[in-house]
Amino acid sequence: MLHIKCPHCGMRSQNEFSYGGDATVKRPELGKEISDQDWDNFVYNRKSLRGKHWELWQHLSGCRQWIKVYRDTATHEIFKTLKANEEIS
Amino acid sequence: MTQSFRLESGGLINRDKKISFKFNSKNYFGYEGDTLASALIANGVHLIGRSFKYHRPRGFFGAGVDEPYAIVQLYRNGETEPNVKATEQELFEGLEAKSVNCWPSVNFDVGAINNFLKIFLPAGFYYKTFMWPKSFWYKVYEPFIRKAAGLGTASIKHDKERYEHKYEYCDLLITGSGPSGLASAYSAAKNGAKVILAEDKSRFGGTLLTSEVNIGNQSGKEWADSIISELKEMPNVTVKNRSQVFGYYDHNMLVMSERLSDHLPKTKKFHPKQRLWYIRAKEVLISSGSIERPIVFGNNDTPGVMLSSAAKEYMKVYGVLVGKKPLVFTNNDSGYETAIEFKKNGINPIILDTRKEPQSEIIEEAKNMNIKIKNSHVVVAAQGYKKVKSADIAKISDNKEELGSIENIECDCICVSGFWTPTIHLASQSGNKTKFNGDIDAFVPGISKQNEKTLGAANGIYTLEETLKDSFEKGNLTSKKITNKENKFSFPNVVEKKSTVHDKFWCVPLPKGKNYKRFLDFQNDVAVSDIEIALKEGYRSIEHVKRYTTLGMATDQGKTSNLNGLQLVSKIENKVVPAVGHTTFRPPYTPVSIGAIVGREVGKHSKPTRKSPMHLWHEKNNAVFVDAGVWLRPRYYKRGEENLFEASKREAKNVRTNVGVCDVTTLGKIDIKGPDAAELLNRVYTNAWLKLPVGKARYGVMLREDGIVMDDGTTTRISENHYHMTTTTAQAANVLSHLEYYLQLVWPELNVNVVSSTEQWAGAAIAGPKSRNLLQKLFPNSDVSNEGLPFMGYMEADLFGIKARIFRISFSGELAYEVNVESDNGYFMWEKIIEFGEEFGIQPYGTEALSTLRIEMGHVAGSELDGRTIPYDNSLEGLLSKKKDFIGKRSLSRKAFAAQDRQKIVGVVPLDKKTSIPEGSHLVKDSNAPLPNPKLGYISASCWSVEHDNPFSLAILKDGKNMIGKKLFVMSPLKNKVIPVEIVSSHYVDPKGERVRS
Repeated sequence: MLHIKCPHCGMRSQNEFSYGGDATVKRPELGKEISDQDWDNFVYNRKSLRGKHWELWQHLSGCRQWIKVYRDTATHEIFKTLKANEEIS
Repeated sequence: MTQSFRLESGGLINRDKKISFKFNSKNYFGYEGDTLASALIANGVHLIGRSFKYHRPRGFFGAGVDEPYAIVQLYRNGETEPNVKATEQELFEGLEAKSVNCWPSVNFDVGAINNFLKIFLPAGFYYKTFMWPKSFWYKVYEPFIRKAAGLGTASIKHDKERYEHKYEYCDLLITGSGPSGLASAYSAAKNGAKVILAEDKSRFGGTLLTSEVNIGNQSGKEWADSIISELKEMPNVTVKNRSQVFGYYDHNMLVMSERLSDHLPKTKKFHPKQRLWYIRAKEVLISSGSIERPIVFGNNDTPGVMLSSAAKEYMKVYGVLVGKKPLVFTNNDSGYETAIEFKKNGINPIILDTRKEPQSEIIEEAKNMNIKIKNSHVVVAAQGYKKVKSADIAKISDNKEELGSIENIECDCICVSGFWTPTIHLASQSGNKTKFNGDIDAFVPGISKQNEKTLGAANGIYTLEETLKDSFEKGNLTSKKITNKENKFSFPNVVEKKSTVHDKFWCVPLPKGKNYKRFLDFQNDVAVSDIEIALKEGYRSIEHVKRYTTLGMATDQGKTSNLNGLQLVSKIENKVVPAVGHTTFRPPYTPVSIGAIVGREVGKHSKPTRKSPMHLWHEKNNAVFVDAGVWLRPRYYKRGEENLFEASKREAKNVRTNVGVCDVTTLGKIDIKGPDAAELLNRVYTNAWLKLPVGKARYGVMLREDGIVMDDGTTTRISENHYHMTTTTAQAANVLSHLEYYLQLVWPELNVNVVSSTEQWAGAAIAGPKSRNLLQKLFPNSDVSNEGLPFMGYMEADLFGIKARIFRISFSGELAYEVNVESDNGYFMWEKIIEFGEEFGIQPYGTEALSTLRIEMGHVAGSELDGRTIPYDNSLEGLLSKKKDFIGKRSLSRKAFAAQDRQKIVGVVPLDKKTSIPEGSHLVKDSNAPLPNPKLGYISASCWSVEHDNPFSLAILKDGKNMIGKKLFVMSPLKNKVIPVEIVSSHYVDPKGERVRS
């Protein structure tokens, strides 16, 4: 079970969180024209990479904040966590 | 009955306390401190079971967790447990155990015929033989194999025992209380670190209990006792015996099972039987020691052949002799220690040493004690069926390939030592890439991946002095990093006998003309010949060889067999062992009770039960409940002998003719506040929300980004910047997360707060033509007329002194209202509704009637909004705003979603107006078409229309728009039904929606 540092609450067990996928995906702006390809990339296409991955988790059974977690998908090592409003660097 | 194999004195057992027990229905006794194994051996019982495949006689092989043979069915306090290791089960008064895998008895076992047919049961036998004819597998082969092979029988009774879970955090977790565990725990504890020391046996000390050593002028055991009692006194240390750390998971989380009551005749009141510990440790010191490995020779599975360390442990810990004419067969000095112990107890052992001229302190001592030693000698085969009677021995050439002439010598046990294998399971589970150490012919931990270090024998360090020094230091350094404290400590003087190098010998060649079975895996009956076949047939990867032959796949997980298996593969393949590699170590290290894994989450406790504030009323009024997620909801209220169908029909009909009341507390409710609340709703819902006036409700549909309908519900504008959103019961949690996602990550500029208020409000839906009359009685001071409170209107009102919210919304399609009060007042509200509703013929209705009402109205619910349908499919396309963008809108223009003949919701009525249509049935054009019959759609929900008094269903049908009036067939192969039906509008009742506005 992973140990995730919630930037708001501190180290917590994985079972307090739910997973939210790739954190680098940006939702296209509302009301803007967008090609089928770009829309598909936003809705469906993900890299499913092996290695370092910025991803979203929600501290569901805690502060309910969505957070950004930099995790290695192969080793589960977590390098960094950020609040929702902090930019990935 | 006398214990013919019990020594006159010695051992750590309490001879003052006799304990009686039963094995295979026969009475025996042992002493407090015995294991079932030691007590049986003391009583001269050497035959305990039959092997898995060949049903060969099985005795004892080890004295602890590595035991492959001595598996019993245990009976304790009216309960039974399968596959208990006799070597681990402590004796308690009244213990009963039985042999497994034998019929009719352990002494006469019919299955043993397999032993004589073993030519037919080589590796891969099942895969090859039972494949044909295919139809025979389920009916003939599998039941037969399952009956013949297999171990104990699991109880099918409810387990009355209690199992607990515990979460713990510590600085250092130390797994094992042998010399390395004690030393490291001691120095870490002295530095002030929070330490957990776990020992799987009942006694602390590990090998210190059985080895002839001296630490600081104390015997090994005395030293261990003094360290343990000091540790127990320290507030920063938790010392646990009977506790096995069996799994090493991510981020330094380890799981340990503590067996609190398995050694007692009965679990104490309010005590758990076992406790599972989830331990998050900053650092882990693995001090799990090593396990002696066998040497492979002919008939090496005969009862009486066992590990030499086990023989020594039985003498030193339990005061029990495993035999009176022992043969010690060894390739290293450990066998000598066992022989010396025999000699000290007045028994004359013979040592066969594979080495030519070994010399060391220990060997010298054995010689001085006049122990007979035969160098360059091996056991070729054990003789005897149910017990070793003699051994064929021979001299072996220097290249270890040629056997000299065979001599038969009498013996009653053969104690084998093929050197030591570090227990690296936990290190490997943690992700440590293990490496092969040629000096000890075994794998040891390599570079750590997580915060773990391996100490002592588990790390391949086999001398006490080095182990203690290394462990004191690692305990000190590791804890110092955490506590910033260092306690000066003087290293004790260690006295131990020096040993010399072992012989890299692990398997005795077969003598000419003999075809003895030489076993590698004793529990799964995997012999040298099986591995040879697997390799001959082309299996190369060690993982494949393992699965094909089942080597190391038994309940002991190959603790004594893996390395010898690897040696064999590497020899045949002409590779070095590290090139072959080892199979993956996976948790659990040793079997764990399912009960311990499940913990308290059984039966009613497996999930929380949510009840509405009116639950008690429902109970008192004969409600029959149904699970709705974790909620309990009344399904119907039983009157007299009514069944579900009759009751729900009555309730639904009463709503259509009079008035009914339904508990809708479970609906998800979200309180939304903030200046941008309307903007959020406008983006989340498909329809327009910016102009909703205060005091009005609106129905809305929300999509996922992929265009699929996520949920529907009504949202009401309570005041300028305050909205009350309702969701379906099932989606409540997901919708809240969904809103939080967009507010926190996508549109953080929106100034809105959302919070769940599901539990804060109790809700009652009052539905039916007479509902307004009832409302007037309940709220005499409010104007609830059609003008005062129109359809989709909202007002706050006073319910006999209680603040209430009234929403004029309808799920049933009738004139209806939903009244919400604070949860604590829910019961009061409900009673008032029933009391004042009496004159209008009110009846409570449950979820079944609720479904009937919504189905015949064509209102969609969870069975249509099933994560596969878009708004059009549910005839909700009228709610799609063309003027604004919203979540998921762009997806709706995808080709498939815009197709002209897309599926759409329709109504379905059987032509005979009688036959009920099973939910999930398929709609087809031709009921006689050849299979697979093209499916045009499926039945999503069925009911008995109370309005029309005939069956009615909703279906999602391809090109549904153009199918109204067509005749199709409903097919349910599952229920063997074919029903001719007519497709009608999904709005079967009041298609113009006049009633809700009346």
